[in-house]
Amino acid sequence: MNLALAPETLARWQFGITTVYHFLFVPLTISLAAITAGLQTAWVRTDKEKYFHATKFWGKLFLINIAMGVVTGLVQEFQFGMNWSDYSRFVGDVFGAPLAMEALLAFFFESTFIGLWIFGWDKLPKKIHCACIWIVAVGTILSSYFILAANSWMQHPVGYRIDKATGKAQLTDIWAVLTQNTTLVVVFHTLTAAFLTGAAFVVGVASFHLWRAKRKQLKGEELGEKQRKQLPAMLASLRVGLVIAVIAGLGTALSGDSLGKVMFEQQPMKMAAAEALWDTQAPAPFSVFAVGDVSKGHNSVEIEIPGLLSFLSHSNFSDPVPGINDIAAQEAARYGGQPKDYIPSIFMTFWGFRLMIGFGMTSFVAALIGLWTTRRKLWLAPEYRVGEDEIPRLMLTRTREMSPFFTKWSWRIGILTMGFPLIANSFGWIFTEMGRQPWGVYGLMKTGNAVSPGVSQGEVITSMTVFTALYAILAVVEVKLLVKYGSAGPDTDEKPPTKDPRLRMPGGDRGAELPEDADKPMTFAY
Amino acid sequence: MHLHDFWFLLIAVLWIGYFFLEGFDFGIGVLTKTLAKDRTERRVLINTIGPVWDGNEVWLITAAGATFAAFPDWYATLFSGFYLPLLAVLLCLIVRGVAFEYRHKRNEERWQRNWENAIFWCSLLPAFLWGVAFANMVRGVPIGPDKNFTGGVLDLLSPYALLGGLFTLVLFTFHGAVFAALKTVGDIRHRARAHAARYGLAAAALAAAFLAWTQAESGNGRSLPAAVVAVVALLAALALNRTGREGWAFALSGVTVVAVFAMVFLALFPDVMPSSSDPAWSLTVSDASSSPYTLRIMTWVAGFMTPVIVGYQAWTYWVFRKRIGTQHIPAAH
Repeated sequence: MNLALAPETLARWQFGITTVYHFLFVPLTISLAAITAGLQTAWVRTDKEKYFHATKFWGKLFLINIAMGVVTGLVQEFQFGMNWSDYSRFVGDVFGAPLAMEALLAFFFESTFIGLWIFGWDKLPKKIHCACIWIVAVGTILSSYFILAANSWMQHPVGYRIDKATGKAQLTDIWAVLTQNTTLVVVFHTLTAAFLTGAAFVVGVASFHLWRAKRKQLKGEELGEKQRKQLPAMLASLRVGLVIAVIAGLGTALSGDSLGKVMFEQQPMKMAAAEALWDTQAPAPFSVFAVGDVSKGHNSVEIEIPGLLSFLSHSNFSDPVPGINDIAAQEAARYGGQPKDYIPSIFMTFWGFRLMIGFGMTSFVAALIGLWTTRRKLWLAPEYRVGEDEIPRLMLTRTREMSPFFTKWSWRIGILTMGFPLIANSFGWIFTEMGRQPWGVYGLMKTGNAVSPGVSQGEVITSMTVFTALYAILAVVEVKLLVKYGSAGPDTDEKPPTKDPRLRMPGGDRGAELPEDADKPMTFAY
Repeated sequence: MHLHDFWFLLIAVLWIGYFFLEGFDFGIGVLTKTLAKDRTERRVLINTIGPVWDGNEVWLITAAGATFAAFPDWYATLFSGFYLPLLAVLLCLIVRGVAFEYRHKRNEERWQRNWENAIFWCSLLPAFLWGVAFANMVRGVPIGPDKNFTGGVLDLLSPYALLGGLFTLVLFTFHGAVFAALKTVGDIRHRARAHAARYGLAAAALAAAFLAWTQAESGNGRSLPAAVVAVVALLAALALNRTGREGWAFALSGVTVVAVFAMVFLALFPDVMPSSSDPAWSLTVSDASSSPYTLRIMTWVAGFMTPVIVGYQAWTYWVFRKRIGTQHIPAAH
């Protein structure tokens, strides 16, 4: 059969497309839920209107986003059975458990309390309403934990045995699956990256509004009333976004380093591929740029930093790091076949790894610069300090402001890098999943043996085509909505609810709802 | 009771819970075209399920996830075998979920009309397809010795399966109309009851045909009482709807849904997916299930969480207990 249209290839493409697409929404959902919850808490505690407007504004963008996250997640769960039935039979005993736990412990919380939050503004007491969004936020984090535990088991299977009678994997220790170091480090890495994603998004949108207002001021024009009223919420958002981006960016880098060390141990091939390190070297260099030739088993062009790879894998500059050719030979000897069968796509892993780091760390550095230059008081001469509700000047030192040219570009970079972590996340997943090939479950099941034998080529082509087409349409719709609501800014005409509804439990007193409220329109309706 | 029998029961409970809850959601979706006279009335209907539809749909995710964990072979055979129908269900659920959330985001005629069409068709189609899927599952489909489905998509569209699909579609629409009568106020409430009476009669006729056919082909001593309960509850729901006892009518339309799907699962047991090629190749509760260790862990998690989930979901319905009418719908923005 034509290899390009082999069922395995098609099923992999479909899984890749639907998963990368799904994961555009996931990290934004995780982080925007928590950011919205934080802002709402600030409003409940301080009663300041800017926090109310910020909550409503980011909440709206969060809802546009979570709708897509939820529905594309459904595909993920069905897809294992639909396209990977032999995989499902083989791993179900182990892999199904965290998935079912995810539904029982996380999805129900998320989906039920999101409804309460959306429709509950005038029905629930303020504090309980605020608790609803926190429950959603915790639900998204729990959900990522369980699904990453399942994925980590594919990367590094633990707590199982192979049943002699059926040849299938059987769970022997759920605790090992849920707490192995791969799971813990991956969860930390994914969550910090998710927060970097949401924070960069917040910084980008806030920068857009602030820079638009600032430009107007620089031209000597008066700000409109609406624009002026929006400033406090956007300024607060910018600060929150920058602080979170710096902390999360640092966390992503540190956890990424730990994850690299874990992977050097558990999947040396993936890391050797990430570096296009063909032969075992001691000390091993870090390759900045390389053009490899798989058929010849070496690189034709490369730029290297001596010893750095040894440091990244073992924390010292001299230890040997095994190369692709050696690991492939070892795996072939152990599992049968040719060494070349065990080499993942070097091009995708090598560049995926670099693009992940490049895009992620650019956002982190941009946030670091932003946090420093927009500071309010620290090491800043009094005459350069701006008031609570004014757009900050970008201050390099105590008395030195950025030149107009750099100021312009700093704001623009804040806006333009808004989507960088999304790109980094996508390449991170492409790298880690493609770097595991040919294995579906590392060392236990090859991807080629995992597909559904009963599903025809035509069926997979059909599903892949409609998913891709539908996802493309929905992407356009979603982005247009985000642009519409994002560029409109907070609706400052909206007033915070004046009264705090009481919660009447079943059988309680009937005084909670006043008769004149009986025909009052809902504060929010679909 | 053996652990895998208990898990068969639990999977049945999850699917039944899903059909009870999303059944009326689908019904509401269908009624947005058949009952609502204008956009405001459509919004009244959509908002009766607004705060809860997402939570209701998680019952499906849990049913699928729990089947994966507890009966990997059942999950694998069912989902790969019914590939195209499930693909259609998935596409509908994607578009429908987005439609609820995005319909009101632009105040433009064409935009809103498109999403409203999406809500109608993407509620109607899954309501039909789930019936097709479950009818096929209980009757048996071609399954080979390696546990894989060996038929084609046309094998899934037999007259019996199509009757099953039509039955669930009409039953869910009835369930939705009764729910609409319970949750709305004003003119629409009265018309919802009139619609419920019509859909209920059609559902009763289809129930008699489908349940009798199922009982004759796949039934046993356990499934017969469930079929009887389903028919009696349906007739009782109709009578209560007529006398305006909306709460009780909804309770009994719910009992009907529960009894119909209980009958399907009782007829299945101890098989989970009978093979029409050779009974020896049928997937059974004991050979499709996970190891006792996995089932034990899942029992703890499900045993602890299910009451909590039912508790907070019930509380949600309590918070949004107020009936809504056209006067409660805020102007479009």
